[in-house]
Amino acid sequence: MIIKTAGLRKDFEVRKKAGRLRRVTETVTAVDGVDLTIERGELLGYIGPNGAGKSTTLKMLTGIMVPSAGEVTVCGLRPVPDRVALARRIGSVFGQRSQLWWDLPLRDSFALLRHVYRVPEAEHTTRLKACRKLLELDEFMDTPVRQLSLGQRMRGEMTAALLHGPQVLFLDEPTIGLDVVSKQAVREFLASLRDKGDTTIVLTTHDLADIEKLCERLIVIDHGRVVHDGSLAALHDRYQMKKQIVVELEEPWAGDQRLDGAALVGVEGLLIRLELDGASVGQVVAQLPAFRDLAVVEPGIEDVITRLYGSDRG
Amino acid sequence: MANPYVKLLGAQIRSQLQYRASFFLDLSMATLLSAVDIGALFLLFRVTPALGGFGWREVILMTAISGAGFCMADLAVGEIERLKHYIRTGLLDTVLLRPMSALGQLLVLDFATRRAGRVVQGTLFYLVALTVAPVKWDAARVVYAIVAPINAAVFFSAVFVTLAAIAFWWIESGDIANAFTYGGRDFTAYPSTMFHGWFRGLFAFGLGFAFVAYLPALALLGLSEPIGLPDWARWCSPLVTLVVVLIARATWLAGLRRYGSTGS
Ligand SMILES: Nc1ncnc2c1ncn2[C@@H]1O[C@H](COP(=O)(O)OP(=O)(O)O)[C@@H](O)[C@H]1O
Ligand SMILES: [Mg+2]
Repeated sequence: MIIKTAGLRKDFEVRKKAGRLRRVTETVTAVDGVDLTIERGELLGYIGPNGAGKSTTLKMLTGIMVPSAGEVTVCGLRPVPDRVALARRIGSVFGQRSQLWWDLPLRDSFALLRHVYRVPEAEHTTRLKACRKLLELDEFMDTPVRQLSLGQRMRGEMTAALLHGPQVLFLDEPTIGLDVVSKQAVREFLASLRDKGDTTIVLTTHDLADIEKLCERLIVIDHGRVVHDGSLAALHDRYQMKKQIVVELEEPWAGDQRLDGAALVGVEGLLIRLELDGASVGQVVAQLPAFRDLAVVEPGIEDVITRLYGSDRG
Repeated sequence: MANPYVKLLGAQIRSQLQYRASFFLDLSMATLLSAVDIGALFLLFRVTPALGGFGWREVILMTAISGAGFCMADLAVGEIERLKHYIRTGLLDTVLLRPMSALGQLLVLDFATRRAGRVVQGTLFYLVALTVAPVKWDAARVVYAIVAPINAAVFFSAVFVTLAAIAFWWIESGDIANAFTYGGRDFTAYPSTMFHGWFRGLFAFGLGFAFVAYLPALALLGLSEPIGLPDWARWCSPLVTLVVVLIARATWLAGLRRYGSTGS
């Protein structure tokens, strides 16, 4: 396994005003006993509401921040004491910050990073070529970074994080604020990276489409604790997200009919919406009067997440 | 493969040259300002024949060592006072994610090339001072004449880093730090004998400012120290600087550790 944490915890002391002059120190527990085991080549979606502790976890995994308690190893190293050695093995993209040189053409940032990471010329050229093609960088390689759109810049950031061939790529909200086309480009790129299987990817995101398209495994945290670790399907099951069917009837719904294994959740003219509860689609359809059309609606991750956060926050 | 720090420094200089007009304006403004500093010394000697028991030919050597050292330190590490800004913008996190020294990267990434003008000027002023001052030239003094401004530069650099690192604990420490650096520079530009009592004790010897320019100048001039320091003490400046560098290093590393636990 390439990343392992046990009882990982981070407390912050926050000084708050209490009255005119008095100040009190409060302890905020941002990460509260997180156990993670991530295998080589996995793409992990690390999700949770704002303030859940996602960024703080990533900072502890990358060696920016010291844990208050618990164990961490990444690539067999302890992130803070072995910061420099670890830096060669990991890449990171933090959505709100940049590792590119603002006033220089994008091309120059890549050339500089080759020296920063001491990457042999041939390796650098091969990797850069692959990124240029997949992320379509060619048309703005010579543009100063400050003139790039956010989407173009993010594609540059991804490349910058990968040029030294890291074993693990950490991405903190990489799609935040991007236009639809750039989001799509970033997602496709991450999917192809995942499919190659050499790079372990840890992705935090608010974007539910990112999760649905990319992550086989999800860890959901809330208030610094892991509340779910498993597939998206397992998340659906666990929170009992039910399939719905929408039916367009020939005649308006009579209103007094009872259905076995399904509940009526909405009527709108000739359209009715049913939520499956134990029965299969076929079993329910067999009980329906004549209809013109039928659609099965899978539960969206939005519903799961809303329910999850809703139930946790009370 | 080329040294990464040199590459990053080159990139920073290229970035600054993008704004050519403002670059040259800054450069000439800085030069003008240090000319004003030198003017101040001559104004003083128009109203008094001696400062702290020394004539202008002697004091000018102290002022020149201190000035040249300060300019070099300011060029090399002056921008570190922007640490607060590096923390806020996340630049500190970015450098911590790279396999290089954090301090080294910050210094080259934010290198203020416009300050180079002052170094040229400070060096010229020092060369002039060496010819005007009654230096007792011999082999040891030739070496010490080269060492003195570099020693002063390292001393001031260490002071800059120490004071900047205080921002890790106290984010708004900038004004106090400025008072110290500029106060320190002004103190070292004149003979320590100009000051008295606890103030002199603290700044000249407690904080070591007498070792920056005053004592090396006395060594070059072949004069004994009138407060009562032994003659060999005049040659000990590099040792004092070493202590200050070790303090700076320890403070910086402690500050980085603190940043790692508070994240701010
Ligand atoms: N440097 C810090 N000092 C104090 N509190 C912090 C600091 N960084 C994060 N926090 C707090 O820790 C909690 C988790 O923050 P964060 O990890 O950024 O959440 P997320 O990335 O999931 O939105 C929040 O309550 C946040 O206010
Ligand atoms: Mg975050």
